[in-house]
Amino acid sequence: MAISNVTLAGLTRTQLLETHYKMALLRRFEEKAAEEYTRGKIAGFMHLYIGQEAVGVGCITAMRPDDKVLSSYREHGQAILKGMDPGVVMAELFGKITGCSKGKGGSMHMWSNELGLLGGNAIVGAQLPIAAGIALAMQYQGLDTIVVCFFGDGAVDEGAFHEALNLASIWKLPVIFICENNQYSMGMAVEKAWAVDSLLPRAAAYNMPYEQVDGMDVIQVYEAAKRAVEHTRSGQGPLLLEVKTYRFRGHSMTDPAYYRTREEEQQWRTTRDPIGIFEKKLLDLDLATQAEFDENDARAIQAAEDAAEYADNSPDPTLDELYTDVMVDNSTALFFRYERK
Amino acid sequence: MRTLTYRDALREAIREEMLRDERVFILGEDIAGYGGTYAVSKGLFEEFGEKRVRDTPLAEEVITGAAIGAALGGLRPIIELMTINFSMLASDQIVNQAAKFRYMFGGQPEMPLVIRMPGGGGAQRGAQHSQSLESWYAHIPGLKVVMPATPYDAKGMLKAAVRDPDPVLFIEHELLYNIKGEVPDEDVEYTVPLNRGEVRRQGRHVTIITYSRMLHVTLQAAEDLAKEGIEAEVIDLRSIRPIDIDLLIDSVKKTNRVVIAQEGWKYYGTGQGLAALIYEYAFDYMDAPIQHVTSADVPMPYSKVLERAALPNKNDIVNAAKAIVPAALVRA
Repeated sequence: MAISNVTLAGLTRTQLLETHYKMALLRRFEEKAAEEYTRGKIAGFMHLYIGQEAVGVGCITAMRPDDKVLSSYREHGQAILKGMDPGVVMAELFGKITGCSKGKGGSMHMWSNELGLLGGNAIVGAQLPIAAGIALAMQYQGLDTIVVCFFGDGAVDEGAFHEALNLASIWKLPVIFICENNQYSMGMAVEKAWAVDSLLPRAAAYNMPYEQVDGMDVIQVYEAAKRAVEHTRSGQGPLLLEVKTYRFRGHSMTDPAYYRTREEEQQWRTTRDPIGIFEKKLLDLDLATQAEFDENDARAIQAAEDAAEYADNSPDPTLDELYTDVMVDNSTALFFRYERK
Repeated sequence: MRTLTYRDALREAIREEMLRDERVFILGEDIAGYGGTYAVSKGLFEEFGEKRVRDTPLAEEVITGAAIGAALGGLRPIIELMTINFSMLASDQIVNQAAKFRYMFGGQPEMPLVIRMPGGGGAQRGAQHSQSLESWYAHIPGLKVVMPATPYDAKGMLKAAVRDPDPVLFIEHELLYNIKGEVPDEDVEYTVPLNRGEVRRQGRHVTIITYSRMLHVTLQAAEDLAKEGIEAEVIDLRSIRPIDIDLLIDSVKKTNRVVIAQEGWKYYGTGQGLAALIYEYAFDYMDAPIQHVTSADVPMPYSKVLERAALPNKNDIVNAAKAIVPAALVRA
């Protein structure tokens, strides 16, 4: 089969195949995590990114490696895309000392100073004010680093959304707010929760540029994110991007999703799968072959297997970790003599 | 030594830290043009400009969240929340975010953040502007909570708080801003540690543990007690978290009797927390039950007469001490 010289959105064929691999990796990683959860290796709350892969991949591909990312509790994907080893992410899910947060955070609390992944936040909307503050620090220090803040449609309903967008706008902070509108805040349909049917009027209220994009098309997401990055890095201030997507599984591992029909889910899975859409597009343009997709998928499956094996073979934290990291000076309420005797 | 007001001591601390370190900046409601609700930041906007003295909208959650982010991004912010009563609007950022990040993310983030805010009552500001909520925050691992009572400590502890790598809640009192006290000359650099209490008066009959505005009321009560032969040892806790437990226990071992005087409510408050620690670590040294002097268990009333009745006063402390110091002991 002849491979076309045509490129897509300015990405080379190698980059396009890498984009495909990243989506496959997020999908296979999450499937593996779900499997380990049912085996009892992972506990607590766990929220999967399956169905939303194109959002993270499209956006983070458009960023510079030194740009900062904040996300919600559905952040395994962003952690991997910022360059975190899947084994380190999986080890955090397993609660092991080799996890990115030494097993003290869990699924919802991933962090890396080096990679610029600044949480993993399990309070809906709380990362938006913090993202504005990190952007303030970048602006204050004269850096051209920007901050990208992911959140769901539920976060829009929190007061923090309003306070953060307004402050970012009046101070022209270098932060991009990305709403991953997966159409349900836990079980509440977005059309019931929002008084408006898109974020356009909200962006207007903060005098902020806005764009809405199909979150199942990774190329459209990438192009919109690229425009957003250019806008914000050039000093023009914040921007609100609404990416319409759909999570294929429940809100978390314990959600049977009674609030929507199986037909609706099936419809999205069969006709709007972001990986399927991207594969079809590449095939139609003669940019890749099914064999290449299969190879990517096999690599992704292996990476997820390796991650689980690494996590499983990693040690638990030792009990002295219980009292470390509360404060930099390791003080808690009392002086040590009393706390530890 | 000079004599400065508590307010001026705070301003000097902020100014000196801003001059020392470019990363230090302040943000809050009406701190720039207005000069701060209690005039603490007066003149700083004129000296440092809008980059480092930043007025914010009336939005406590984003003021606090933005300062958290700024600290994570390499700066050293000082927030002024207009009163501790408004900090509840920022309580998610303080409790779920600031207090948690270092631990929850495996020791990676550093958050050199100072949250200044006045609390307390006594100025007829009513139920929503008169609370002492330090025990709420002192309950939370991951925070430091300090409440200096003198201009000397206000300056020294604020400078220490700015240099501290962890989030510090720096709680002032509305009625302390105008008090005066000795502060070292401007060219004398000093800080006061954030984890040490201080014995303000030596005594052998009873230990009175207090902090913030109640220190001054307690020192007056100690004068009155001395006239009746009761020698009270007065401890200014200064730091609510961490607690200088050694200082308390050492004093209890000497006096065997304790009064705790604080402006907050009694139940589940700092006084009961301290009492539990003393019973836990010094029960064998105790000769009498611990006495609590606190506000009345009601929302703060506006009426001058009722507010005065609700707040703990000098006589309450005198009576509490006399209730547990036997006359025979005083004569001895």
